[in-house]
Amino acid sequence: MSSKKPLNLTLKVWRQEGPKQRGKLVTYQADNISPEMSFLEMIDVVNEKLTLEGQEPIAFDHDCREGICGMCGAVVNGHPHGPEKGTTLCQLHMRHFEDGDTIFIEPFRARAFKVIKDLVVDRSPLDKIIQAGGYISANTGGTPDANSIPVPQRNADKAMDAAQCIGCGACVAACPNASAMLFTSAKISHLALLPQGRPEAARRAIQMLECMDEMGFGNCGNERECEAECPKEISITNIARMNREFIKAALGSEE
Amino acid sequence: MVLDAKIPGGPISEKWDRHRFELKLVNPANKRKFTVLVVGTGLAGGSAAASLAELGYNVKSFCIQDSPRRAHSIAAQGGINAAKNYQNDGDSIWRLFYDTVKGGDFRAREANVYRLAQVSTEIIDQCVAQGVPFAREYGGLLANRSFGGAQVSRTFYARGQTGQQLLLGAYSALSRQIKAGKVEMFPRREMLELVVADGKARGIVTRNLITGETETHAGDAVVLCTGGYGNVFFLSTNAMACNVTASYRAYRKGACFANPCYTQIHPTCIPVHGDYQSKLTLMSESLRNDGRVWVPKTPGDKRAPKDIPESERDYYLEIKYPSFGNLVPRDVASRNAKAQCDSGKGVGDTGFAVYLDFADAIKRDGKAVIEKKYGNLFQMYEKITAENPYETPMMIYPAVHYTMGGLWVDYNLMSTIDGLFVLGEANFSDHGANRLGASALMQGLADGYFVLPYTIGGYLAGTQLPAIGTDHTAFKEAVAETDERVSRLLAVKGKRTVDDFHKALGHIMWEYCGMSRNNEGLEKAREMVKSLRAEFWEDVKVPAGGKGFNQSLERAGRVADFLEFAELLLIDARERQESCGGHFNEAFQTEENEALRDDENFCHVAAWEFTGVDKDPVLVKEPLTFEHVKLTQRSYK
Repeated sequence: MSSKKPLNLTLKVWRQEGPKQRGKLVTYQADNISPEMSFLEMIDVVNEKLTLEGQEPIAFDHDCREGICGMCGAVVNGHPHGPEKGTTLCQLHMRHFEDGDTIFIEPFRARAFKVIKDLVVDRSPLDKIIQAGGYISANTGGTPDANSIPVPQRNADKAMDAAQCIGCGACVAACPNASAMLFTSAKISHLALLPQGRPEAARRAIQMLECMDEMGFGNCGNERECEAECPKEISITNIARMNREFIKAALGSEE
Repeated sequence: MVLDAKIPGGPISEKWDRHRFELKLVNPANKRKFTVLVVGTGLAGGSAAASLAELGYNVKSFCIQDSPRRAHSIAAQGGINAAKNYQNDGDSIWRLFYDTVKGGDFRAREANVYRLAQVSTEIIDQCVAQGVPFAREYGGLLANRSFGGAQVSRTFYARGQTGQQLLLGAYSALSRQIKAGKVEMFPRREMLELVVADGKARGIVTRNLITGETETHAGDAVVLCTGGYGNVFFLSTNAMACNVTASYRAYRKGACFANPCYTQIHPTCIPVHGDYQSKLTLMSESLRNDGRVWVPKTPGDKRAPKDIPESERDYYLEIKYPSFGNLVPRDVASRNAKAQCDSGKGVGDTGFAVYLDFADAIKRDGKAVIEKKYGNLFQMYEKITAENPYETPMMIYPAVHYTMGGLWVDYNLMSTIDGLFVLGEANFSDHGANRLGASALMQGLADGYFVLPYTIGGYLAGTQLPAIGTDHTAFKEAVAETDERVSRLLAVKGKRTVDDFHKALGHIMWEYCGMSRNNEGLEKAREMVKSLRAEFWEDVKVPAGGKGFNQSLERAGRVADFLEFAELLLIDARERQESCGGHFNEAFQTEENEALRDDENFCHVAAWEFTGVDKDPVLVKEPLTFEHVKLTQRSYK
């Protein structure tokens, strides 16, 4: 592994006590940062220092730190999850920054996501969208043998492409309209592409989109920012597929 | 205390059917009168909560993350086993059962393992019906691969994200029940205490991680699906929030803790690179299907891998284990990697790494084939290390990954506290001393979808459960204990951070209780943990007040429990004077340095009963009998 020299950085971090308090950017020094560190490990180092100085550490969400749980996320220098393509914040490494850089770190902002504290936001509206219909109604037990439902490999692959969404909310933060179209369409596509998902496809599309509107997410304006920032590189063709499903459903087609 | 595993009578293949028939049923109209508290929303918790709600029970579900979709099951990469025999290669329920008992080094309970193998096939059916996008062949049927030491192809997978897809399946079923009003979901909650009233588990105390409030929840049964304790080592492949608190609090309330020394060290992880490191990343061991493990033959050879000619490479697994080669079980692969590094043949900056090389596979199958199989893993590796595994071998080293030990449960998955059920990694029963690859997902979903929904009915139908509210004294006491603990943590106002203590604990555990152990080290480590614990309570620094969102306080509570639990782990490791699976005591090894069991004296489950902090726990043994798989020395030659 490369042994580049340590970085000294200036951080401008959004600090906000709670949902009702006003927040502001606060400046911190992050010195002697190894380029091999992940971005979150860099924040850990800053937090250890703040704690020892008697200051309150920066609150941020994180868990698996291997890019799959979708818990982490902040806007770094204007990009959700930072400037690297197809990368979650926990998988972003400091080797992508230069010594002396100033880094802006802010929470995911959207009308539907309330700030809880500092970089932590409430993304429960995304769960609500799934609850509105992001499932196949199959109770436990009594299901047919798995191989009795053949799925063409191409469709299975496309379904998997869509199903990779980690529900982090970066697409919402990236969108000028704070739309959750990419998130919603990924689930609708995943299930619509599989024969098991067809029986409920129409109802699913209508209910999930209705819920998305109710939660205060905006509409798609074809900016494609969501696709560009998605850490799992979910394609906006899913939005096109969702729109087809929605139109079919709205015109009253029988699934 | 006497442990009664309640294993049903009759031939092993008929035990589960017979038991299901003998279990009392709850009348469908009465199910709604029962409330079940399910803690954790991983594969076990998510599937249990959804399945119980489908049956008509009222369910309250709790998770530590902001959404039930994020539990750490999501990180499992490789796959899920099932005895479908779709490949016509000789698999069967019996073979999966046999492999699992043997793979666990004969320290699992036969009846449980047989049931696990039986229900494995239903899991795949269930997941496909839910829309889990498993890999498929061109004809549209399901694809399988051989995985982690199995000689048949019985592993179902969804690229390198099988855990994610299975969890999203369970999460979707759970979401449907939330919408239906049968599950009340409590995210960002941490269980801090179990409430036991009149000898039965009747509730929990949680901290609302947003507001900091202490909350109480009453129910007719409590189901813990709170995962493993790998983070006692600080560095592990577990997620940052994984902890032992829920299990440990239950242990303190009377649930026996079984086999805590059975910890699994996974052979294929990205090596440690600095003291700031917060976690380790696993690279799925499916990589061992095509990757070849090697080190330079000469100790201290610092040449780049491409400059080391074939004749100067030591493919030590292929040479030592000609029939299994690179696919030997995890414990065997890990110990061999350590042995190579200890003898000075390790590679990389630190010397604590071995190569996993894909050059031959790429030459044989082409880059496209390898990319299709492992693309996302290669990409992940490159993101973390900035090296391209298509061009240069990966560097890997073992890391703590999974814990086979857990709360003791009987055949019904009930602990030694009535009404407290334990599922998934949090229990102990199915993997013995070593878990085979692709078996954790199988066990989590087996417990949640297909075992608990039956057995909990038997308990609820056959037990007198007087109505209890959260105003019961047991709740008041539990709340008082919880609040007192929080106040104590905040009152220390010392000089060392929580993470600093956690790292120190991790160093002790990895050094003296990691891949290989000896009596002297275990005894020394116990003293070190004791004094670290004392220091923690004198010198820990937890910023800010107890009210509101306070991540340092959350971690402080977890580390405080790890500091007590670590001692139990060391005691168990010291007590088990043999080597088996993931527990390797240097004094007990064969001439070929393999784990040497002592079936005469240690063919039992070691379950521990809490007697007080700083007091020795009481050992209760459950003897293990092997009627169907003959006790033999494991051999992967």
